[in-house]
Amino acid sequence: VNPLKEGGAPIEVLLVEDSPGDVRLTKEAFREANGSIRMHVAADGVEAMAFLRREGGHADAPRPDLILLDLNLPKMDGREVLAHIKEDDNLKTIPTVILTTSEAEADILKSYQLQANCYLTKPVQLEAFEMVVKSINDFWLTRVKLPQQAADEKEGETV
Amino acid sequence: MRPREKEARPQVLLVEDSPGDIRLTREAFREANEAVYLHVATDGVDAMAFLKRDGTHVHSPRPDLILLDLNLPKMDGRQVLAHIKADEGLKMIPTVILTTSDAEADITYSYNLQANCYLNKPVQLEAFESLVKSINDFWLVKATLPQKKPAT
Repeated sequence: VNPLKEGGAPIEVLLVEDSPGDVRLTKEAFREANGSIRMHVAADGVEAMAFLRREGGHADAPRPDLILLDLNLPKMDGREVLAHIKEDDNLKTIPTVILTTSEAEADILKSYQLQANCYLTKPVQLEAFEMVVKSINDFWLTRVKLPQQAADEKEGETV
Repeated sequence: MRPREKEARPQVLLVEDSPGDIRLTREAFREANEAVYLHVATDGVDAMAFLKRDGTHVHSPRPDLILLDLNLPKMDGRQVLAHIKADEGLKMIPTVILTTSDAEADITYSYNLQANCYLNKPVQLEAFESLVKSINDFWLVKATLPQKKPAT
């Protein structure tokens, strides 16, 4: 069990999801799986990019350790958000997990082509959904070595 | 075990030069999921030949998952990763770094090159087996992987 980052900081997760029901279920499932996660929510693609780039009302947003990205979103859809993240040298190292109800082969292929770190299909049934969240926690937030905080933040400390 | 069609089994390419680690990985997968078909390349050049079906690898299957060590003879894992992720035909194959290195430079470098994830190979046997099981459970059970053949 390794719920906290080095130094005891909470794990920052950005959930990009427009359905209030899914937001609530994801928060509850993570709370069950791991008490030291701080979950941030962006309800559309434009807000997600503003959060990641610390624009607008997001000047104090932390850099997420993990991004959970739905594909079908208002304003800017998840495919575009993924493309922006993976084209940005500062953001591309953040593991980005696609979490969507779409099982379309075109979406799966396109996501991996754009270098999504992995693709998960959101199950409709509650128990199966909780299991997926648990497996995200067990694998990505427990097993995987995540990259350290961004270079830009380190620069800030040394300057 | 009932015979299955070879193509329907999850094909995993392990790129690893240590015979001991190859054996342990094979045994751990056998325990976790007997359907897994584990292919082994013992250096980076061999791994690229397998993926590009060069030389003796003309009939090699396209892997569903690649497990890549970083320190390899001939061509090292960082270079293999760069080649995979620069190749339009190969870049969508999930590539998991599995290495004893926990150097921050290796972790950052791997994510920069778009490794799908980075895992530290534990020294202890039980922890290693448990890690292989978690790779199986996450990548070969939970995750939705791209189809073998891209739509043409």
